[in-house]
Amino acid sequence: MLIETRSHRLASPLAGSCATIWHRPWAATVAVLLQGAVLALILFYLVLPTLVILPISLGTANHIEFPPRQLTLHWYREYLSDPDWMAATWFSLKIALATSLAATVIGTLAAIALTRGDLPGKQALQALSLGPMVVPHVVFGVALYLIFAPLELTGNFVGFLLAHTVLAVPYVLITVTAALQRFDFTLELAALSCGASRTRSFLLIVLPNISPSVAVAAVFAFLSSFDEATVAFFISDTGGKTISRKMFEDIDFNLTPVIAAVSTLLAGVSLLLMAAIRATTRQH
Amino acid sequence: MASVLSRPNDQSFRRPGGSASRYSRPLSLALIAPLLLLLSIGFLYPIGLLIKLSLFTPELDLSSYRKIIEQPIYLSVMARTFKIALFVTIASFLLGYPVALAMASLKRRLAAAAAAAVFIALWSPVLVRSYAWIVLLQRNGVANNAMTELGMVEAPLKLIYNEGAVIVAMTHVLLPFMILPIFAALRSIPQEYVCAARTLGAGASTAFLRVTLPLSLPGVFAGCVMCFILALGFYITPALVGGPGTLIVATLIGQQATVLLDWPFAAALSTTLLIATLTMVLVFRQAFSISKGFASVD
Repeated sequence: MLIETRSHRLASPLAGSCATIWHRPWAATVAVLLQGAVLALILFYLVLPTLVILPISLGTANHIEFPPRQLTLHWYREYLSDPDWMAATWFSLKIALATSLAATVIGTLAAIALTRGDLPGKQALQALSLGPMVVPHVVFGVALYLIFAPLELTGNFVGFLLAHTVLAVPYVLITVTAALQRFDFTLELAALSCGASRTRSFLLIVLPNISPSVAVAAVFAFLSSFDEATVAFFISDTGGKTISRKMFEDIDFNLTPVIAAVSTLLAGVSLLLMAAIRATTRQH
Repeated sequence: MASVLSRPNDQSFRRPGGSASRYSRPLSLALIAPLLLLLSIGFLYPIGLLIKLSLFTPELDLSSYRKIIEQPIYLSVMARTFKIALFVTIASFLLGYPVALAMASLKRRLAAAAAAAVFIALWSPVLVRSYAWIVLLQRNGVANNAMTELGMVEAPLKLIYNEGAVIVAMTHVLLPFMILPIFAALRSIPQEYVCAARTLGAGASTAFLRVTLPLSLPGVFAGCVMCFILALGFYITPALVGGPGTLIVATLIGQQATVLLDWPFAAALSTTLLIATLTMVLVFRQAFSISKGFASVD
């Protein structure tokens, strides 16, 4: 999904030979080495923050120690036995699962209506439905706080569900719309002309064809909620906070290696889920 | 975003079967109703209320906006926001272009290594990466320890809670949004063009400067627009790795709303940021349709 295969380029007859035809004098070799070094540095910069948290989460010292002298799972145990962290984790998981379900259902229905339906003002509807992607999250967070505070919806499951579903729905719309546009609708017409009802042809023909993309959309929605930090910062309170808000507070307040352990787990969840999506979508 | 916005939607008319391939209007309206309800309650209403609060208290009152323009401190926050967004965009371009080139390279292992690095950066949560930068750059952090041990510096340097740290950490978050559109543009250039240039006697750098680079400019344009717009509204990273001297619009909004509780002013700042963002999206909406493949990424 992230990177498609480059097969069409390899198919060109000259592609392979082009680079090797010309002889490189030594000056060019130095230039190539230099380019390689610059590239290696940039790639190092890209992966460094993700890679540095794992060794720190395994260190024994109370402060940040790199590289760690001894390895321990102490900070992971600390995380698992801390009621505050656990409460925040369950709260986040509940919100992310509910958001994933709500956003996938609402977004899939809307994607069907927008690609195949007869709707007035479709362009405007599409622009509106992608609005949450464009509006800065800090603006959305402040706006939500403004209406949630008087209703006592801050730190509330329903409030978070509403906020995160709004943010997740565009991802579902984009993913499912792309699948619907790839789908060959003559297949559905064949079912209809063979006597299937609209509902039956949808359930038996269309849905199985788009279901891999719907599943991908559900994972996107889950992650967009689970990793969301800006809006969660504004609409959390002492009664209910997500794991990201708890992390934000602790980073500002006391930098213990527990945060490194939580960070490693969060990054692990995101990267594994995305890698799984990438592996499955590549097969198709 | 791109594919949904730019695609003509009456295609089904031209498909065999005519109106049979379209759902009726009542059914379509029923299918999209939950989304419209969600967006009305959870999106349009709160944003509308925020804009109203910035203008009426309860009668028309523009003093919050006047405050932004008249007080030099807030003007300097605006200027710093644009400056940081600009620096981050330029840095992302300079660092991102070589990575995009490597990803589009025909050397499979190089391309795979670059793609893996971008993948790891893109999908690590922003909050986690901001924390990692603090760990790396703080007073007794990884970078300072390494430099003292190697004897490069005598006393630890102040590497964090300043503008430089904000730019380094924000560039890291936005780099993938620069790399992917450029990669998409580079990949769509037929390899034969470069070969033709080389056959006609151009050196590698001439072929790059006169063939590859110009043809990849739409991707560069898309990446720059995307980075700049995202950088303007960034909150988490500048809030964590920035300091008192690096207040930008987003962190100022947060401060006004959560610490100083000046709601009309926070609302006015939010509305200003919102208008700036929406204007740029509308002016540069072409950029979003250029960056195909981005839709599936973010």
